[in-house]
Amino acid sequence: MSVDKNMNILIVDDYKTMLRIIRNLLKQLGFDNVDEATDGSDALQKLRDKSYGLVISDWNMEPMTGLQLLREVRKDTKLKDTPFIMITAESKTDNVVAAKEAGVNNYIVKPFNAATLKTKLVTVIGEF
Amino acid sequence: MTAAPQPTQAGDDSTEGATPLTSTDVKFFEELQGLISYIRSAKREIAALAPDEIRDKHIRAATDELDAIVGNTEDATGTILDAAEKIEGIASKLDIEPGMQIADAVTRIYEACNFQDITGQRISKVVTALKTIEVKIESLVKAVGGVAALPGDPLGEQAKKDAELLNGPQLPGNAKTQDEIDALLKNLD
Repeated sequence: MSVDKNMNILIVDDYKTMLRIIRNLLKQLGFDNVDEATDGSDALQKLRDKSYGLVISDWNMEPMTGLQLLREVRKDTKLKDTPFIMITAESKTDNVVAAKEAGVNNYIVKPFNAATLKTKLVTVIGEF
Repeated sequence: MTAAPQPTQAGDDSTEGATPLTSTDVKFFEELQGLISYIRSAKREIAALAPDEIRDKHIRAATDELDAIVGNTEDATGTILDAAEKIEGIASKLDIEPGMQIADAVTRIYEACNFQDITGQRISKVVTALKTIEVKIESLVKAVGGVAALPGDPLGEQAKKDAELLNGPQLPGNAKTQDEIDALLKNLD
């Protein structure tokens, strides 16, 4: 089954520049319905207000981190199956293990390139 | 400085009725006086370092400069992205071949703009280090003044564990590559 490119994607990062870069790269890949949040709690509110087919989130944000957001998403009966990609500069083994334990679908380490983003999207949501 | 007491001699009227001092007592007093002298000297040296000035002037100035760097690079990156988005818009109106080539070059610009996030996080780590130094200096000053402040532990167990995971970008050589991350994820499946 092919991916619906009209699906809503939520990108979460406290750096405006990073939000803009991810949004532009997603647009190049054909995904235009992209919303932004600047931390985990902002993202959680948006996830509860609207249906999203994918979350791409940074880790290191305040007040709610990406890891906390992921845990909240996985705890929520309505949101728990939402595909979740962590995109972060946190690259230690402990980070990857913690994210995996919390239920992350994939993990992109910053700085990343467009090819990596596309590969991970295909892995998580399927060919497009 | 007070002179160390001398051991009492037999027949010394001035110490009549008092417990006589042994040579061990005298050695103890001498060491105590040495210690007092050492603490006074340390206090003078710390005062000469002007810890208030380090905190109020140097650390604050360094933090402000670093904040300015973050702001400047963010502005510059915004300008670069403005231009790249404009070029991308024009590229979409061109023939397929040149349009694709320009779009590819614009993608490289987007990728390169990752630096702003990474440098921002690295600078935040330096600011955190400076703030730690500031707190240590403050504690040292208080300790020397006899008011030792013990820092509290406001974090819960889970929050503490999570905080330990926030290390930001690693220096080249320490950072895991995307391939290593992928291999690790595969092992965890």
